[in-house]
Amino acid sequence: MTAAINLHAIKAIYLFELARTWRTLFQSIAGPVISTSLYFIVFGAAIGSRFTAVEGVSYGAFLVPGLVMMSVLTESVSNASFGIYMPRYSGTIYEVLSAPISAFETVVGYVGAAATKSIILGTLILLTARLFVDFSIAHPFWMVAFLVLTSVTFSLLGFILGIWADGWEKLQIVPLLIVTPLAFLGGSFYSISMLPPFWQKVTLFNPVVYLVSGFRWSFYGTADVPVALSLAMTALFLVICLGVVWWIFRTGYKLKN
Amino acid sequence: MQPIIQVRGLEKTYASGFQALKGIDLDIRRGEIFALLGPNGAGKTTLISIVCGIVRASAGTVTVDGHDIVTDWRAARSLIGLVPQELTTEAFESVWATVSFSRGLFGKPPNPALIERILRDLSLWEKKDSKVMALSGGMKRRVMIAKALSHEPRILFLDEPTAGVDVELRRGMWEMIGRLRESGVTIILTTHYIEEAEEMADTVGVISGGRIILVEKKAALMEQLGQRQLTLQLQSPLPAIPAELSNYPLTLSADGRELVYRFDSQHEHTGIATLLRRLGDHGIDFTNLRTEESSLEEIFVSLVRERV
Ligand SMILES: Nc1ncnc2c1ncn2[C@@H]1O[C@H](COP(=O)(O)OP(=O)(O)OP(=O)(O)O)[C@@H](O)[C@H]1O
Ligand SMILES: [Mg+2]
Repeated sequence: MTAAINLHAIKAIYLFELARTWRTLFQSIAGPVISTSLYFIVFGAAIGSRFTAVEGVSYGAFLVPGLVMMSVLTESVSNASFGIYMPRYSGTIYEVLSAPISAFETVVGYVGAAATKSIILGTLILLTARLFVDFSIAHPFWMVAFLVLTSVTFSLLGFILGIWADGWEKLQIVPLLIVTPLAFLGGSFYSISMLPPFWQKVTLFNPVVYLVSGFRWSFYGTADVPVALSLAMTALFLVICLGVVWWIFRTGYKLKN
Repeated sequence: MQPIIQVRGLEKTYASGFQALKGIDLDIRRGEIFALLGPNGAGKTTLISIVCGIVRASAGTVTVDGHDIVTDWRAARSLIGLVPQELTTEAFESVWATVSFSRGLFGKPPNPALIERILRDLSLWEKKDSKVMALSGGMKRRVMIAKALSHEPRILFLDEPTAGVDVELRRGMWEMIGRLRESGVTIILTTHYIEEAEEMADTVGVISGGRIILVEKKAALMEQLGQRQLTLQLQSPLPAIPAELSNYPLTLSADGRELVYRFDSQHEHTGIATLLRRLGDHGIDFTNLRTEESSLEEIFVSLVRERV
């Protein structure tokens, strides 16, 4: 008899997607790890030594949570969008559509795999950073919670993007024009209290600010915005993404004609 | 017995406004091989895609073994294997991985022995570790068949399974389809090769312009096929058929130069020999003669043309 949940299908998609990462190991993991190391060398070691400590934390250490967040969210978007766009582009999506698998199971498989990659990546970057700077983690539980929440939320965003895009260009333009700028301006490199008051207000419209601030709080106990607000904003963003995904499957948007 | 697939009043209008299916009613019997014939753009792929859950119907219902494809989709879909018309494969995967993936996707626990048997049956075993993109077109088509069979479907849809497959392998594929049928799998295939339908199908359906215009047991069609005609080119034009020959089913062409005799080739006595003798008796000479059979293709073409 047919089971209530198609666990085999979730597993099949999840492992299939992780296998894809394994095949493209360099791009998926090594690339971001290397570029983050370069940030540490340039900003942390070379330039950072001339900066004063930010909120009582050395500049190098201050950078760590922001850089991890930046990689995690850009990689989540690009991995997840690619993961679902590829079968749409090549046509192999027919198999998923014709399989006895629900929308929920499909999302768990694809988004779960993308988020897993991001969590692995974030952990690797943290380990790499440890080679360059000394840092501590004040609230490990919340650190993991923020890492997982961010990975899942931005993988969902990537999934939405991968379904919306109908060409390679669109697939790349959103990360390039929206995600990367927001990530760069999200307070990875500076505390927003260092900005003039006007720009401080503008920055509050950037969702990444809340993620970076909350994540940094889990390390050093200091934050740009209250941590409860960070958590609430992250959760809100997650709910919005879930809502859009639910709508996509309910209407068959771009999946079924 | 209840048909395994029941289609009622099925319509499909694409977003472009084009109506590809205009009210399809169709029953497919359990365990049969059903050949769906029709010209390009008739709606074959659209019909199959709706039954398999890839395209949404605009109106009408489909049940698969009693399960509605919309309300009871999970049960309906787990019975169906699909080999689509387009060659779409995960290019970077190995044959083994992509076939095993399909089995998981359909909710079945791993079964390496079964996958091995399927790959061997399809002469793909030597290629099991090759990347799909390194295979030839015909091999890719067989990989897609292997994917569809990997989850042991009770119903198999083959949308032009033998397109681009060489003659020898096509034979092998027919045999495999025959074996599947013997194991109780219902098979629905579309094809442009009439001989394929003639060779394998139990029932033939013809679709054209989004409508089913004929569904007939192949045996019944073959009876029509059994009708042949003998055409005699006469040496000199004949004004009329002699009265003595009026009990023969003869027709004379307008110019009186061709005499056509219809007969049943399945019959032991076709009556050709006596007819020719009687013609000789009447001094009717002929310069040439030829026999023609109405093939499934002819029936098919004339049917489609009638409707257009
Ligand atoms: N996505 C789509 N959007 C708009 N029209 C479509 C779409 N897919 C198919 N059609 C149209 O619907 C009609 C039926 O197409 P379908 O693919 O079902 O034909 P077919 O019988 O499978 O033909 P063939 O023998 O060439 O495979 C065609 O006229 C086609 O142009
Ligand atoms: Mg077709």
